[in-house]
Amino acid sequence: MHFDGTDAYIAEKDLTVAVNAAIQLEKPLLVKGEPGTGKTELARQVASALGLELLEWHVKSTTKAQQGLYEYDAVSRLRDSQLGDARFNDIRNYIRRGKLWEAFATDQRVVLLIDEIDKADIEFPNDLLQELDRMEFFVYETGETIRARNRPIVIITSNNEKELPDAFLRRCFFHYIKFPDAETLSRIVDVHYPGIKRSLVNAALAQFYDLREVPGLKKKPSTSEALDWIRLLVADDVQPEDLRGDAKNALPKLHGALLKNEQDVHLFERLAFMARRQG
Amino acid sequence: MFIPFFLELKAAKVPVSLREFLTLLEGLDADLVTYDVEGFYYLARAALVKDERFIDRFDQVFAHVFKGIEAVSGDGGVDAANLPEEWLRRLAEKHLSEEEKKLVEALGGFDKLMETLKKRLEEQKGRHQGGSKWIGTAGTSPFGAYGYNPEGIRIGQDASRHRRAVKVWDKRDFRNFDDNVEIGTRNIKVALKRLRRWVRAGADEEFDLAGTIRSTAEHGYLDVRTRPERRNAVKLLMFFDVGGSMDDHIRVVEELFSAARAEFKHMDYFYFHNCLYEGVWKDNRRRHSEVLPTFDVLRTYGSDYRVIFIGDAAMSPYEIAYPGGSVEHWNKEAGHVWLSRLLGHFPHAAWINPTPQNHWNYTHSIGMIRELFAGRMYPLTLGGLDQATRELSR
Repeated sequence: MHFDGTDAYIAEKDLTVAVNAAIQLEKPLLVKGEPGTGKTELARQVASALGLELLEWHVKSTTKAQQGLYEYDAVSRLRDSQLGDARFNDIRNYIRRGKLWEAFATDQRVVLLIDEIDKADIEFPNDLLQELDRMEFFVYETGETIRARNRPIVIITSNNEKELPDAFLRRCFFHYIKFPDAETLSRIVDVHYPGIKRSLVNAALAQFYDLREVPGLKKKPSTSEALDWIRLLVADDVQPEDLRGDAKNALPKLHGALLKNEQDVHLFERLAFMARRQG
Repeated sequence: MFIPFFLELKAAKVPVSLREFLTLLEGLDADLVTYDVEGFYYLARAALVKDERFIDRFDQVFAHVFKGIEAVSGDGGVDAANLPEEWLRRLAEKHLSEEEKKLVEALGGFDKLMETLKKRLEEQKGRHQGGSKWIGTAGTSPFGAYGYNPEGIRIGQDASRHRRAVKVWDKRDFRNFDDNVEIGTRNIKVALKRLRRWVRAGADEEFDLAGTIRSTAEHGYLDVRTRPERRNAVKLLMFFDVGGSMDDHIRVVEELFSAARAEFKHMDYFYFHNCLYEGVWKDNRRRHSEVLPTFDVLRTYGSDYRVIFIGDAAMSPYEIAYPGGSVEHWNKEAGHVWLSRLLGHFPHAAWINPTPQNHWNYTHSIGMIRELFAGRMYPLTLGGLDQATRELSR
């Protein structure tokens, strides 16, 4: 099994080395990076490139580690016992499998995405240490040990909202997706919008990088915003000449796709105002 | 094998553990990268560095330790003296076929081969192609690339990829992320966790399994019981000193603030300057127009609130001891009056001081505040936070 990026996903060499290391050595891969640089997309692309099934576990602030393993539905069992349902004799009927169990139990190797692990409680990663390391866990209710038949390819994403514990980090490979340079970004645009006008892309990306350079932006636009914006430009049939604009117009066309924060928009309006005054 | 590299990383304060180092060796063993310095760099980075903060430090160590590789693959000839022998030997040993190994024996063993290689590297000037002795491409010498001995010791592939790789770590893209944090948000949160008191309060929303079972057994029919959810009942009030000498400590105070914000449901904060007087404020930009009387704070928050003051307590002693001592306005009552009034209302209080503890004795006002707080002043370190939360949770 070897991952080299896909038709729809440009993977730099550093990323492919990290992904292949995780695949070969069967260790989880922790992916960090600015929002919108394709962390979640990576898992989907790895799955499709290797032709494996993808299991997604989206973590929320209320998610507990146990939910990834299994949950024992005591209430249903209690109710069934009252109704005289024969099913209640077997506790296994009331154990609901979590994503991790599903990933362990499949016949074929799968890709397991644990998305946004930093959203959960601070102890969440610690509770999964043994499970991810040994790829097995113990079910107290039935007394059985679930062991992975095929160790899944585990990809974990984090947005850096919380620091992850060292013991957890030590068990993972780590990759930081840095923001692509202009050359890579134009390759990414090509992959997403083949046959797009070269001149438009160049003008748009030049403006995009200028925008990212503006100091004091609350949320810098990233890859996914650039792609959305270019799609809008194409849909509106904007000409590259219109796009370049002049100094008086600091806000790019259709800026709603790029600036997601009204403070940032105000910042740009102020810049435009100052440019007008000088001119 | 790469132990010096590992030790240098440790010395450069990149948090690497033996486990991660073994992972790297395992990766090399599994042939994840071959003959490829750039690939090796990426693999080592993925295995050893776990936070973008440390990538820059890692890059520097890598550039330093593997300087020899750069020389081997550079255009400007080969620097034989710096040839990293272990690196070559490992790659070579792994990929020599039986026949080639015999050839190596015939040439006088591996060490001899390395000797010869070094000698030839010294003799050789310029690029060489073909032939059977010189190192170059497409030859029969065991040294070089694309030759009869293709898996031999590959030196200087034409597409000078190694040079590009060297640039990858010399670019130091990750410089911005290195911040040398000693006390991270996570650590603060863990320290603050001590300040927890679980209480079941509020509406009965949680299913009570044990209670239901007991009640069902007692009654003989299904009797579902619910109970209130467990909540952290600790209420926290924080007073931050802002401006002036506190500017030096702003980052760590921000971290403490955000950690506390996330950790406590009942948490409120106010700002003051240097010492507490009759007014506090919540928004620094409007500190002069929206001042809240301290009496209102005392009336609003019950005495079950835990109070934490964060400030360096560095001020003129007059600011504490005399009416009118404030640097900003005319205060009718002295700072110590207000502080003791507050301490009288909130029995659980502590002062956290970002100034290092061994400097405390040099500032008179710190001693005065400490006295007012009956010694409950702690440094803004993990140990200090720990002590403070212990004191507050009594």
